[in-house]
Amino acid sequence: MEQNNIHQMKQVLEAALLTAGEPLSLDDLQRLFLDRIERATLRMLLDELKTDWQQRSLELVQVASGYRFQARSEFSVYLARLNPDRPQRYSRAAMETLAIIAYRQPVTRGDIEEIRGVAVNPNIMRQLLERNWIDIVGQRDVPGRPSLYATTKIFLDDLNLRSLSELPPMEQFAQTDVQLEL
Amino acid sequence: MIPSSISARIHGEALSELPQDLYIPPDALEVYLEAFEGPLDLLLYLIRKNNLDILDIPMADLTRQYMLYVDKMRVHKLELAADYLLMSAMLIEIKSRMLLPKPAEIESEDDPRAELVRRLMEYEAIKLAAQRIDAMPQVGLEIMVANAYYEQISQIEPPDVSFEDLMTAWQNVLKRASHFAHHKVGRAELSVREHMSQILRRLKQDRFVEFSDLFDVINEGIPKLVVCFLAILELAREGLVKMSQQEAFSPIYLQAVEH
Repeated sequence: MEQNNIHQMKQVLEAALLTAGEPLSLDDLQRLFLDRIERATLRMLLDELKTDWQQRSLELVQVASGYRFQARSEFSVYLARLNPDRPQRYSRAAMETLAIIAYRQPVTRGDIEEIRGVAVNPNIMRQLLERNWIDIVGQRDVPGRPSLYATTKIFLDDLNLRSLSELPPMEQFAQTDVQLEL
Repeated sequence: MIPSSISARIHGEALSELPQDLYIPPDALEVYLEAFEGPLDLLLYLIRKNNLDILDIPMADLTRQYMLYVDKMRVHKLELAADYLLMSAMLIEIKSRMLLPKPAEIESEDDPRAELVRRLMEYEAIKLAAQRIDAMPQVGLEIMVANAYYEQISQIEPPDVSFEDLMTAWQNVLKRASHFAHHKVGRAELSVREHMSQILRRLKQDRFVEFSDLFDVINEGIPKLVVCFLAILELAREGLVKMSQQEAFSPIYLQAVEH
């Protein structure tokens, strides 16, 4: 491949990624070119692009759904001032529900209630479904056929993760940690 | 994590302390319910504070107090009270099982506390995991995704409908109508304008309507169909509807023009 060609391909990738507003997968990026480009070549070009942007205000990152440009974290505090009414963080109940779905998926509402010890608030499930952070992946084969919930790629994208394995590991408590004075 | 500032007033007195034991004054229940995510969370807090000695709990009092909640909570948040009730029932069951002498044959029975301890540990692990996830940067909050503007190349418009296509379609309507020809006595006021509004109303509802669907060839006589066709032509002339067709001889669709 000619040097010139590589340079142009990198620019095409860059323009596509900068204007997409959402992660682009290798499949998406392949569609930019009429000729078939090997995925390995694309990865190499993306790596170079990542290096090219190292000293800039944006960085190229890889998340679950693909690649995206985002502002370096040190600028977030400034950028946040532009839109003061940003989405609020979720309640503790919502985050615990989300954590159960993330770490124990696929789970039913019953599983969530069992772990949290309280009834699942339907608003929380709706909130998470609307955000596209969770979805229904099937039904458990028991009476009532309850829906099984799992986290989505968008959830991983939104937390800057490539896969569930990048979530912080769950604390393992030993039996001795909880002393029940019964 | 317990919110550091819990402020509520019970009978005019400021309430700032978290519960010392399982008893929660009914007036403060709502405040505590907001601070804790449920009975497991409350129990975990009490255990961590080492304030809980369940053997010392006056069970008769506790039961009476919890029954009082039920009455109070009938008005609101009954579901939440039920979760707490279930927990206290479970604690009482565990305690009573531990107090009872075990018959020799079920000596090997598991420690009745084991299941509760397992649930508490699992809940605590999830609670910590939730806090960690919450602390992670999120798109829209701490992460700003680049979204440079570019002029989107507009989608390829479906080809315009030719006069011939329209005539063919109209003739088909007439042909089909002739199969249902019958004599009608009476006089109908036929207004092109009225039909125009009807068509527009339908387009507002359905967005895309197939040309031939606008004609009720079974029930309407030729005059009405003509008026309907005129109404479509008039709408098109006034630029109120757009007609499109994927290719020659395929169905013609009408669409309201967005302003």
